[in-house]
Amino acid sequence: MSTRLSKGGRLIDRSAAMEFSFNGKRMKGYRGDSLGAALLANDQMLVGRSFKYHRPRGIVAAGPEEPNALVNLGSGGRLEPNQRVTMTELFDGLEATSQNHWPSLEFDVGVANNYVSRFLPAGFYYKTFIHPRPFWKHVFEPIIRQSAGLGKAPKDRDADRYEQAYAFCDLLVVGGGIAGLQAALVAGKAGARVILLEQNAHWGGRAPVDGDVIDGKPAGEWVDQAVAALSAMDNVSLRARCTAAGVYDHGYVLADEKVADHTPGDGRPKHRLWRIRAGKILTATGAIERPISFAGNDIPGVMLAASVRDYVVNWAVSPGDRTVVVTNNDDGYRTAITLKEAGLAVPAIIDARANPSGDLVAKARALGLRIEAGRGVAKVKGGKRVTSVAICLQAGEGAVIDEIACDAVAMSGGWSPVVHLWSHCGGKLTWDTVNACFRPDPQRPPLNHDGGALVYAAGSANGAMKAAEALVDATAQAEAAVAALGFKSAGAKAPVAEAVAEGPMEAVWIMPQGAPVTLKSKMWLDYQNDVKVSDVQLAAREGYESVEHTKRYTTLGMATDQGKLSNINGLAVLANALNEDIPQVGTTTFRPPYTPVTLGALAGESRGEIFQPLRRTPMHEWHERNGAYFEPVGLWRRPYCFPRTGETHAQAVIREVNNTREKLGLLDASTLGKIIVKGPDAGKFLDMLYTGVMSTLPVGKCRYGLMCNEQGFLSDDGVVARIDEDTWLCHTTSGGADRIHGWMEDWLQCEWWDWKVYTANVTEQYAQVAVVGPNARKVLEKLGGMDVSKEALPFMGWADGTLGGFPCRVYRISFSGELSYEIAVPASHGAAFWEALHKAGAEFGAMPYGTEALHVMRAEKGFIMIGDETDGTVIPQDLNLDWAISKKKADFLGKRGQQRNFLASPDRWKLVGFETLDGSVIPDGSYIVAPGVNANGQGNTQGRVTSTYYSPTLKRGIAMGLLKRGPERMGEVVEFNTITGGNVKARVVDQVFFDKDGEKQNV
Amino acid sequence: MSEPVSALKGATAQGFATIREIGPVGMITLRAKPDVKALAKAIKAAVGTEVPALRRIVTGGDRACGWMSPDEYLLVMPYAAVAGALEAIAKAMGGEHHLAVDVSDARAVFRVEGAKAEQVLAKLSPVDFATLEPGELRRTRAAQVAAAFWKDGDGFTVVCFRSVGRYVFDLLATGAKPGSELA
Amino acid sequence: MLLIECPYCGVKAEETELSPGYEAHLKRFGPGSTDEEFEAYMFARKNPKGVHFERWRHAYGCGKWFLAARCTATLEVFGTYPAQVGEPPADIIEKIKARRPDWKGYK
Repeated sequence: MSTRLSKGGRLIDRSAAMEFSFNGKRMKGYRGDSLGAALLANDQMLVGRSFKYHRPRGIVAAGPEEPNALVNLGSGGRLEPNQRVTMTELFDGLEATSQNHWPSLEFDVGVANNYVSRFLPAGFYYKTFIHPRPFWKHVFEPIIRQSAGLGKAPKDRDADRYEQAYAFCDLLVVGGGIAGLQAALVAGKAGARVILLEQNAHWGGRAPVDGDVIDGKPAGEWVDQAVAALSAMDNVSLRARCTAAGVYDHGYVLADEKVADHTPGDGRPKHRLWRIRAGKILTATGAIERPISFAGNDIPGVMLAASVRDYVVNWAVSPGDRTVVVTNNDDGYRTAITLKEAGLAVPAIIDARANPSGDLVAKARALGLRIEAGRGVAKVKGGKRVTSVAICLQAGEGAVIDEIACDAVAMSGGWSPVVHLWSHCGGKLTWDTVNACFRPDPQRPPLNHDGGALVYAAGSANGAMKAAEALVDATAQAEAAVAALGFKSAGAKAPVAEAVAEGPMEAVWIMPQGAPVTLKSKMWLDYQNDVKVSDVQLAAREGYESVEHTKRYTTLGMATDQGKLSNINGLAVLANALNEDIPQVGTTTFRPPYTPVTLGALAGESRGEIFQPLRRTPMHEWHERNGAYFEPVGLWRRPYCFPRTGETHAQAVIREVNNTREKLGLLDASTLGKIIVKGPDAGKFLDMLYTGVMSTLPVGKCRYGLMCNEQGFLSDDGVVARIDEDTWLCHTTSGGADRIHGWMEDWLQCEWWDWKVYTANVTEQYAQVAVVGPNARKVLEKLGGMDVSKEALPFMGWADGTLGGFPCRVYRISFSGELSYEIAVPASHGAAFWEALHKAGAEFGAMPYGTEALHVMRAEKGFIMIGDETDGTVIPQDLNLDWAISKKKADFLGKRGQQRNFLASPDRWKLVGFETLDGSVIPDGSYIVAPGVNANGQGNTQGRVTSTYYSPTLKRGIAMGLLKRGPERMGEVVEFNTITGGNVKARVVDQVFFDKDGEKQNV
Repeated sequence: MSEPVSALKGATAQGFATIREIGPVGMITLRAKPDVKALAKAIKAAVGTEVPALRRIVTGGDRACGWMSPDEYLLVMPYAAVAGALEAIAKAMGGEHHLAVDVSDARAVFRVEGAKAEQVLAKLSPVDFATLEPGELRRTRAAQVAAAFWKDGDGFTVVCFRSVGRYVFDLLATGAKPGSELA
Repeated sequence: MLLIECPYCGVKAEETELSPGYEAHLKRFGPGSTDEEFEAYMFARKNPKGVHFERWRHAYGCGKWFLAARCTATLEVFGTYPAQVGEPPADIIEKIKARRPDWKGYK
């Protein structure tokens, strides 16, 4: 059984006991425990079921590479699925439940898959679910969906908050082991701004566990001193519990800081996502121990050897009373020695090598440990817990020599440097034959914006596996990095770690070497995705040669651990099956994030009210108070209508239209874009920008204008007012102000930079109100202050003045066909002016109206709307706007584009109006059907609806749309399809439905 | 006539830094090339300061002039002083090509104050505060919208567009929540 | 995420502060140009793997358009310069030649 030892545990505080629960069972741990350590201390080795076969699975590792021990943490708004127990700090009251089993962890029905496993081979989904096709929808997909995934997604809103922050440094050091600490010391002393990140809550990495001695002191002491020295440096900042998730172009790094995972509900952000921009990055991310493939290597109790000693040394937890060590290298002996020295039994060390030698081997012998050299594991026996190990000759086929009773197996297949961050941004790897691993190739690092190396790897992340060489390497790499950053080294000397003579490891990937299929089909490569040695070999037999293809076919390395334990072993098996060398087969691509980052951290503060910026006009609060129903227009929120009690939105729109046409409507038009264009060349510039002529516009007058892109397609429209001799004010569409301002600046800066023109976007300086309807003049006269008579302010004129004491500019323009004034006042007076208009207008029947009434009224008048009648493929000529296009101008933006012959075709779809024969409203998005089918067998079309409304004025459905040769086909009846099936007949009519002569607006 | 009303009517929030909407503040966008001779005179006449150097803001009392781009300056002054300043600019610039417009009402202005004020901004803007020089006016992004700020006294003055004033205020208030200090 | 220095205001802006503007040094063809010229101007944009000249706007900063010489394969930035020029400046050309000896040149 696994248990808490009575002594030791460098990370735990035995005076701070904590209670937690696992699957409802109450357990005890200490402050400083990881959840994994605390579970093992309570003899909870079985923690989950595997993904495919539902095999019982236990804790394998002690760090982020853990593939099995994923649990649900918390509940309700704090439920988090798929949390690694090895990376979860224990806190009082923690609740964890296991995943992927039914009905219980101990008894799981899904384990039946285990007995039919020969029917679930590699590529099972691809092979099985192809035929018959209907089965996909009704049989396979529901089953897959039912069994897919591990934890269940939370249903409640996240109770925590998250945030993001930017940070900058010269050198980012990732990893707070001895290499990272040493690198940070070198860079810090050289004067560089350093950020040092460590994924765990504690510093020092493996060295204190492995018993290294640095500068004559135990490694733990050296670590404490290094952390103290770094903390004292103003130019160094240290962050524990912070995982560098990804390295991106030009030194951009995302790091996930787990601020309050271990103190839930204390009001701090749960996670903080750091967006770090580093001059250079030094990865001291260490190495990950590899499992060895032998039959039964997934039975709970089989663990990584170094993780076993982590549990013993860090948390005083013994994973088993009797642990058999299986290794192909000397490091495994450290675990045996640690266990023995902790008073635990190590029945045997099974070493695949024929002649192990070195200091550690000698020490193990001296301790009286049984060493089985040249042996392998034939099979691990046990169900929910290891019971014994059958040993065999490594060189043989698995004939059992002896069976050794034990309750844990510590395996070490060698170490793989953590090269993820090095690789994210294009760093290449080289094969290290001594350590049988890929390590960073210093000749081919990821590159920075200046073409120099962006990332430096150091310590065991760089293949310098032993403490002594890791410190030397870290010093050298940090010196190189700070020199490249332009800092002068302070003459750093590498600390000296006591050398331990180790014999060479042997690249043993499976045990025994000649294992038959019966054994290989019980050798797990990827614990989380249930991929076995036999699966990869099957893929190779079926013709898979590329490692990327094999990965996807077998799902090797595609689980949430992204193959941290399985990739190299899988590669080795594939290379062996293909009869190639591992470096020839190559690795799969490493992509961010290194470990999963919760979506909350990625969203950061962007949730709720500040999910995205909402643009509000000065009258927004009035609209809210008065029951406006809002619609988004770009990022603006505009009232769609102002429904009254008992009214539907449609009824409100009808009332607003009727009231405006009969009495007085008020529209908040503040969102309209307003751009000042000024200078001696402003007229010339606007003549290039608009299809019409603006330079000839008299001061005091307004003119409607169209803007096209260089292809000739209509992009924006609006009324332009000439303010003075060299100043114009250009109105743009509500969503278009920033875009059009940018468009103007583009041409002024990049093409006509010698023209004397300045622009300023003054959209938000003004609140603008459209005062519309037969009573419009009356309300303005009542407010008083300026002459708004037909004579003083004719249609398409503007004037400055005051109304009711408000400074204003009044434009006599109309988008509704009614007598209409658009009045701009400074935004800081907007709300007051709007209220003054309502007060003064009460006796004239004033009512606010929204964007839908605006749309209906403009459609009744046949006015186009950018985005409705246009979609980026429509030229003004298609909309019968030839009158707004100058024939005299030699050039304007879009003129050449419009001269392309296909745009001059008489077969273009052109704008007309439609009246349904039955008076109904044509559904939005309808197409006008044409006889026959096209080359793809789809029904032909000859046009489409662009605006379609119920007209309260005409009391029937009206529409505008584009129809092939439309204007030539007045009176013809065409058919529109509808989204629900069936057709609607409509007659082609003039697009102006109401007051064709403009008698109402020109009063 | 009514009193001018700022975007958030002087909203405040208290966290590890203090957030205050201030205003209305008088602001003029002045566009002219730096080699225009009358520019210095116009800025002096409007706000009493020198022409700011690249990315700098020159402050004098309740007035300031900031460098916005190679041909754009931001003039800051009391709200009531804008009309007079515009006249002074027009007079000083005479026939020189320039553009001066009142943008006081197009903006929302905030103060973020306290010893850790910059930590609030560091959550929103990709700006290296360690290299932000005294008197530097930084135009950048605050989360998803354009913003500009400069250090002034015991905090920062932050300017954004009026329509997103509520958004920026909420961002600042959220970023300043107690317990979320960065250091 | 790219980091590009604006040549106008000197800010080392990250990509989110900039907006892209595609190929630099385009010659505009307006009315009177042939279909071939217009097509080349409008549609036949360069898209090299390697040295490329492109337009960027410091949209969240000083608002100015500038030009950048950049390697699209390694993302190395050779330099940035104001937009009011017809051709890349000589010093940037020299720098590119030094960094990419087999570069065929700007034209």
